[in-house]
Amino acid sequence: MKRSRRIVLEACLLLAAIVLPLILQALGEDFYISFATRLLIFALAATSLNFIVGYGGMVAFGHAAFFGLGAYVVAFLMVAGVTSAWIAWPVALGVTALAAIVIGAISLRTRGVYFIMITLAFAQMIYYSIISLQVAGGDDGLPLIQRSTLSPFDLADDTTLYWTTLSLLAACLHALQHISHSRFGRALAGLRQNEVRMEALGYPVFRLKLVCFVVGSTIGGLAGALLANQNGLASPSLLYWTQSGMLLVMVILGGVGYRYGGVVGAITLLGLEEVLGRFTEYSHFFIGLVLLAIALFSPGGLASLRGQRQ
Amino acid sequence: MTQLVIEQALNGLQFGLMLFLLAAGLTLVFGIMDMINLSHGSLYMGGAYLGAAATHASGSFLIGMLTSMAGMAVIGVLLEITLLRKLYQRDHLVQVLATFALILIANEVVRMLWGSKPLMLNPPANLAGPVELLGFSYPAYRLLIIAVGITVAGLLYLLVTRTRTGMWVRAGASNREMAEVLGINVRRLFTGVFALGAALCALAGILLGPLLAVQVGMGESILILSFVVIVIGGIGSIRGALIGSLLVGSVDTLGRALLPTLLRSVTAPEIARQLGPAIASILIYLLMAGILFWRPQGLFPARG
Amino acid sequence: MITLLQTIDLKRHFGGLWASNGVDLSVESGEIHALIGPNGAGKTTLIHLISGTLQPDAGQLVFDGHDISRQNMHQRVALGITRSYQITQIFPQLSLLENVRLAVQARQHEWGSSFRFWRPASAEFSMIEEAEEWLGRVGLAEAAGQLACNVSHGERRALELAMALATKPRLLLLDEPMAGMGPEESEHMAALISSLRGERTVLLVEHDLDIVFRLADRISVLVAGRVLLTDIPTIVRAHPEVRQAYLGDEVA
Repeated sequence: MKRSRRIVLEACLLLAAIVLPLILQALGEDFYISFATRLLIFALAATSLNFIVGYGGMVAFGHAAFFGLGAYVVAFLMVAGVTSAWIAWPVALGVTALAAIVIGAISLRTRGVYFIMITLAFAQMIYYSIISLQVAGGDDGLPLIQRSTLSPFDLADDTTLYWTTLSLLAACLHALQHISHSRFGRALAGLRQNEVRMEALGYPVFRLKLVCFVVGSTIGGLAGALLANQNGLASPSLLYWTQSGMLLVMVILGGVGYRYGGVVGAITLLGLEEVLGRFTEYSHFFIGLVLLAIALFSPGGLASLRGQRQ
Repeated sequence: MTQLVIEQALNGLQFGLMLFLLAAGLTLVFGIMDMINLSHGSLYMGGAYLGAAATHASGSFLIGMLTSMAGMAVIGVLLEITLLRKLYQRDHLVQVLATFALILIANEVVRMLWGSKPLMLNPPANLAGPVELLGFSYPAYRLLIIAVGITVAGLLYLLVTRTRTGMWVRAGASNREMAEVLGINVRRLFTGVFALGAALCALAGILLGPLLAVQVGMGESILILSFVVIVIGGIGSIRGALIGSLLVGSVDTLGRALLPTLLRSVTAPEIARQLGPAIASILIYLLMAGILFWRPQGLFPARG
Repeated sequence: MITLLQTIDLKRHFGGLWASNGVDLSVESGEIHALIGPNGAGKTTLIHLISGTLQPDAGQLVFDGHDISRQNMHQRVALGITRSYQITQIFPQLSLLENVRLAVQARQHEWGSSFRFWRPASAEFSMIEEAEEWLGRVGLAEAAGQLACNVSHGERRALELAMALATKPRLLLLDEPMAGMGPEESEHMAALISSLRGERTVLLVEHDLDIVFRLADRISVLVAGRVLLTDIPTIVRAHPEVRQAYLGDEVA
């Protein structure tokens, strides 16, 4: 696609996304504003994972850890009386980043399948630690008594939360776009294709991968902080391995390494779930069939059907 | 205390042997075909449901067990021929996508057939009670599981290490091209390994059925444990899977049973009550992370 | 002549096999130094040890007066030791230009860190110009825009040389640069390497003895993990032990 056409298309999509809640309100379908927010949050989470998997070439199977941590930090702080998003969200990012540094630094000693499994192990450790803590609400999770406050904006209003999420998603997509073309991003591209060569050229391979892992994981934490607000709950299921699997499936479905792979995957999967859920009790059966078809017939994901990989 | 330790050690052995039934198939599929099969846990779930249904229908646990093993072996073969075979050469990510899809499908199919409520499965009546053992009583059914587990593990070990077929399997796990050069019919071997793996899953499913609930989603948690086992043991290695299973089974069981008590003796009861279960439930993951940290290929790497 | 690299009693074993069994080698600054020897003599192991791909079990590596025995690969690259591989190691899905640009970008002490996240690398014109120059140097200027996976084997080997050069190494380690090439491509590569004489120090592993004897200023003969002798080509060619141990009747 030509650059100019692409920019026009992106601007149109962004505009449509901005006015969407107004249209829904006019139609009296306010419920769908929350649903749309959820889509955007998962789009953000999947995009952040795509940065690690698709740009950094590291198949991480523990993204739920960071997603869930972001949610739990916000919920914890709420219990402790910290309601301001201006404090709680940066703290959530900080905690997630810290966890990502530790987990990444250890996990990156391994590679391939073993990297998949060790990231999974760490995520499961966090899952079991949190559900056994009574202060974290155990199996029930930790409810939020209210949404974070983001003065001067009113997050209690669904539309404002939607726009906040949209801005953060747009900002992250924009930033990741810049990163992918920067020196760092090009170094990642080299790493993905030939790590041996990067090492021989004298690149600090370990540090490059770690930074990529931490950046992606931290954005995953941001998505978690948003989801806690949208759900009104930090739930243990956010930390469970099937959540990591779901996010990974979104990325693969959308297109590994494509700029909008995470967005396309998240919207497709959750959209299918919603639509099929209206017609059948067994929506996951049909989703499974769709995913299977994608795996067999378009293994590059939906985004590969058009457009170039980054 | 000693009695508790012995009892829990037996429970750990029993759980470890069941894990081995799952891990054996998983590690061979992973090692030989380089295939990440997330749906392995679904075979276990399918085996438990099929076994429970057949037991109810026939009134015999043994018939239920054999039916479920045969049924899952057939399903395994069909799955391998129609679908999984196409995925061997693909990227790991595509395998994750496809087999995750299979989990979703399998869970829904089970729900369609048997509903969302857990199924009850009773152990055979003559094994329902406890037996006296070294001065304390231990459930007879658990002893049966241990006996079956040891027998099957032994047979499998002999099959892989002592027979020609086993040699092919090991050759395939350590060097696939070499196996093909040697003229082994790799395709048929794969199908066979898969069928065997599925039957073992079914066996574990029905044996564990009376102890754990037969319910949708039962495959997911045990799947991850099986992956932990094979990663600890070294992917593709039967010996590794055996050692890994026993390690994970006993560390997990003993940790959950003893750690809270142990902690209480060194810290305040309140802290012990909070921390005990938390640490106990992550012990095996700590174990795995530790082993990967010091031996990034697991304890018994199958490949040179 | 100044000694750039010296290995002292370098040892490395694999299982029971001593692939390097006390290698004493010195490479002078500015020379093209060839390493020959029968299969299994430990040539590639030595390249691995010097580049830092492998760590020695015993012995010392001195580069330009520094002991580098314990340094890892990327520290050694920073000091000026770059290697190529027997099997071509490039970035297949990137253009030739981007392949070399990444090699240029790797010189952190000149360009600054690779941890820059915002400015597009495609706007760093001086970096790109330099990459183009290196491509020109190996005769690939015309193909700069093509993907590396789409060019011929010989061109890929030349690309790899350009990438190695772009790190501006003081010591360039070339492991069989002509492997798998036809006669014409080999000649082209030989000319390229020859053009480096005096500009870069080169340590070259190569099987094609014709080319080695033409190209090298000095030759070291490696047999069973040790250096049998090091001398100028005419003397090496005539040395009886060398003929017996390695050359056989090949050059008789």
